Amino acid sequence: MFDWLFRYANPARFMGLSGALLPWLWSAALLTLATALYLGFSAPPDYQQGRTVLILFIHVPAAIMATNVYACMVVASLFSLINRHILADVAARTAAPLGAIFTLLALITGSLWGKPMWGTWWVWDGRLTSTLVQFFLYLGYIALWNAIEDETRAARICAVLALVGAVNIPIIKFSVDWWATLHQGESIMSGNLAGPFLVPFLVMMLFYMLLFVCLWLTRIRTLILERRLRSLMGAA
Amino acid sequence: MTPFLALLTRDLRLSVREGGGAVLALGFFALVATLVPLGVGPDLNLLAKMGGGILWVGAALAALLSLDRLFQADYEDGSLDLIALSPLSLEGAAFAKIAAHWLSTGLPLTLLSPILSVFFGLSGSAVIALTMSLAIGTPAVSAVGAIGASLTLSLRRGGLILPLIVLPLLVPAVMFGAGMVLEAQTGLTNGAVGFLAAFSLAASLLSPFVAAQGVRLNLAG
Amino acid sequence: MNFDLSPYGAFIWPAYAVSALLLGGLTLWAMARWRAVKAKLATLEKT
Repeated sequence: MFDWLFRYANPARFMGLSGALLPWLWSAALLTLATALYLGFSAPPDYQQGRTVLILFIHVPAAIMATNVYACMVVASLFSLINRHILADVAARTAAPLGAIFTLLALITGSLWGKPMWGTWWVWDGRLTSTLVQFFLYLGYIALWNAIEDETRAARICAVLALVGAVNIPIIKFSVDWWATLHQGESIMSGNLAGPFLVPFLVMMLFYMLLFVCLWLTRIRTLILERRLRSLMGAA
Repeated sequence: MTPFLALLTRDLRLSVREGGGAVLALGFFALVATLVPLGVGPDLNLLAKMGGGILWVGAALAALLSLDRLFQADYEDGSLDLIALSPLSLEGAAFAKIAAHWLSTGLPLTLLSPILSVFFGLSGSAVIALTMSLAIGTPAVSAVGAIGASLTLSLRRGGLILPLIVLPLLVPAVMFGAGMVLEAQTGLTNGAVGFLAAFSLAASLLSPFVAAQGVRLNLAG
Repeated sequence: MNFDLSPYGAFIWPAYAVSALLLGGLTLWAMARWRAVKAKLATLEKT
């Protein structure tokens, strides 16, 4: 079923293909960034939030990437466990720090949006709380990776952790939402990205995805070469 | 005696005999329950509001304290290899070890909680809810913790990483557990019992398989 | 384009600054690591 994938899963083939794609992807990322910034700063102020919608343009994509990158990590971990392929190992490992940064950015920008809108830097509402837990899941995964010396073993063990986390995330989301309704009666105002704000947001979202793909590919390529370097040094 | 029971009783005896896990966890739990009022102040109304959550967090941390040795001790002295070779499957062995850990820490912590809840001025119904919630929920702590213990068993500093990877996974247990106490205090039904029981049951049934896989990955290298 | 963000400039600019700093830093770091390993590999393969 995945034959087509494995033709590119050969590290040498992967290096060739990704090397050819990356300049185009970087250019596309730069172009979307410029467009998104232009559209965002040209957007009219919202009648409720004023110009703080500008924060939402970068907050919401970061929050979406926080979960999307974890999904990428889980898929790579599955391949790592089932097919025991080195490319999958490296892909899962390099995705984690990127996901952690996106999650951190979602938390910081969310807090900077919340201060003028809610009057406090932090609110224990469902979405903020699950994002915080998600951040800790990334940290645990990264810590475990760095603690295990043998790379292949670390890949398999961390893959198990990523999968356990994936099973648990929906439960955490459910429990956090349940807990949030338990503790606050009034509903708080949440960001709204409709009408004239939809297009700038979507372009910025596209930029975040392109940036992630570029960074992910670059990191995978770096780790593959580092591995080759180590084997060369070992042989010499 | 079946291999399952043999492993269970061996682990139980070890946890009591070494003066190790079981007693230390209880002492830790009691200290948390003492330090929080000392830090927060003696206002019993405030403490009663926080009591359920704090005792739950304290119990979960206390149970984690001895978890990093669950597989590690047997890994270091080689008995884990023997357990892997025994007629008992690794899944069965993991289940026996989780059960032994719960009996030696989760259960004593549950039994100690009504006494410690005196420090927090919990009402009678809240104390019953807290004890019930710990009885239902601590198996999940042992079970999810066992996954972390199996993944970190070959690490020298596993004890530091274990809480970092296990505590985020235990968020639902703490919320539902403290939710049961809240239900008793406010009288508003919130369904926490059902959610906690479901989480605990699912964790206890699934984690032996995951933990066995973790042990296998560590023994293979 | 309109850069008058009052009265929320104190929140909007830091949000963009932190994002630019972290994502830009991540990009520069990733590129630096890539160039470093490529250069090392090149010198090793020459000898």
